[in-house]
Amino acid sequence: MTDYLKYAIDLVAVLLLALGIKGLSKVRSARGANQLAAVAMGLAVVGLLVNYVGVPTFDTQAWAWIVGGSIVGGVLGVITAQRVPMTSMPETVALFNGCGGMSSLLVALAAALEPIALDATGPVALVSIVVSVFVGSITFTGSIVAMAKLQGWLSTPPWMQSRLRHVVNIALAVAALVGAIEMVRTTGGATGLWLLVVASSLLGIGVTLPIGGADMPVVISLLNSYSGVAAAAAGFVVGSQLLVVAGAMVGAAGLILTQVMCNGMNRSLVSVLFGGALGAGSSSSGGGGEYTNITSCSVEECALTLEAAERVIIVPGYGLAVAQAQHTLREVTRSLEAAGIDVTYAIHPVAGRMPGHMNVLLAEADVPYEQLKEMDVINPEFPATDVVLVLGANDVVNPQAKTDPTSPLYGMPVLDVQQARTVFVVKRGMSAGYSGIKNDLFDLANTSMLFGDAKKVLGDLLVELKDLGVGK
Amino acid sequence: MESSFVEFLWVLLLGSLLGLELIGKVPPTLHTPLMSGANAISGITVLAALTAIIKADGNTTLLVLGSISLGFALFNVIGGFLVTDRMLAMFSRKPARKENR
Repeated sequence: MTDYLKYAIDLVAVLLLALGIKGLSKVRSARGANQLAAVAMGLAVVGLLVNYVGVPTFDTQAWAWIVGGSIVGGVLGVITAQRVPMTSMPETVALFNGCGGMSSLLVALAAALEPIALDATGPVALVSIVVSVFVGSITFTGSIVAMAKLQGWLSTPPWMQSRLRHVVNIALAVAALVGAIEMVRTTGGATGLWLLVVASSLLGIGVTLPIGGADMPVVISLLNSYSGVAAAAAGFVVGSQLLVVAGAMVGAAGLILTQVMCNGMNRSLVSVLFGGALGAGSSSSGGGGEYTNITSCSVEECALTLEAAERVIIVPGYGLAVAQAQHTLREVTRSLEAAGIDVTYAIHPVAGRMPGHMNVLLAEADVPYEQLKEMDVINPEFPATDVVLVLGANDVVNPQAKTDPTSPLYGMPVLDVQQARTVFVVKRGMSAGYSGIKNDLFDLANTSMLFGDAKKVLGDLLVELKDLGVGK
Repeated sequence: MESSFVEFLWVLLLGSLLGLELIGKVPPTLHTPLMSGANAISGITVLAALTAIIKADGNTTLLVLGSISLGFALFNVIGGFLVTDRMLAMFSRKPARKENR
């Protein structure tokens, strides 16, 4: 009878998880869907505990270890989720994801070391353990490297950008394979196991480290998919169908999301994973050259132009996120709106560090949702716009992507800001964007550069606007 | 084991197909929250960790590894869902109809 109860609970949990993932892809239902998935997860845990009630090994000692692990992990999770600033979302997701991979890895290790107690004997269990260890290790080290790179704790060592890295990674993959075969051959021998753990951990580092910052979101999404695969493999190890189905769902959905993100950047997954940084080594072939016609201007001039404008479009980018200038930006746009100026925000699909990141940041600063416009919607509006304010965005406003077939950026969808009457670019210096490619926009006659940290420039701009009496 | 293995393969296959179908079009706004939410769900390995602890029967290796694994998984699950909720809460004031394409 309890079997049926368990099946019923598992079935409901799977259904709710599926509805949760589905709902998360629609704005209207997203928040409820997330809560639904959380409930489903709770239900799955309760279902499992109920199923084991009365089993002799489910004693107070087991409970003590369960409560201990739960408290430590749960409390740290709550604290991290509440403390972390919205600007660090991508690295937070990477950290959580890495821990999910670690969890699968540890369960597989436990099963490899104590196969009889866990009832994980036989070839199927052995292969599942191998898969779980391999994918779990890669997910863990890869996610941690991704997080460290986004935080700026790690940079890519030069040899990692050369072709040598392919040799090293192939060697590591072969070592992992040898470990896996050795482990299956000796039915769980320790030598094979530890070789597999070490080699796949290093492989996770070796694969992630050379990937450029702009591509990191795609990698995190892919690693997220991997952690689903690791969970599914762990499901085979401990014999839980619920785990298999949930892991498979996350794995497949993560793969689709990765593909969607790649499309947004006009990059193929293969070039993200194996191509290294965009345009590296080929930056001289196309789009190189010096800037010849840079106009820089003062904050005062910018304020005067804004005062006379009727339609203003803001293009936020990575620089805005780094400077954490979203609140200052909101104050600037508030005073513009108070002066009757029409303000909208153009959101490029990959603006910021992660698709959707800009929307999250601007929402945090209380920007009304309907003012955020997607690229396809806003592009026809640039010719009728007086002023465009580009804040720390670079490659996504590079006209080269449309005009220069030799440019590495060619074909990437971009915002046509140059069609506006005046363009102000707020930038820290003349350094290139992620792609390392010259931005033709900066050379255009209607573009003026405002050099400085986005937050400081916007703060000064706010003062100037106040002096001019804009919006009050 | 043989029959249940085939059963498990079916579950794997159907789960993967379901996952492929679940998200077709996602507005870019939701890429980060969706990734974060899916990531929280991948913390479902709590179930594996719990199983390891429950079946341990006093075996210290299983108890310790299971408990650490449970901690990591719960960190992923609880942190993941909360952080997703925090992100999505910021969208809650908007009129949702416009985005629904």
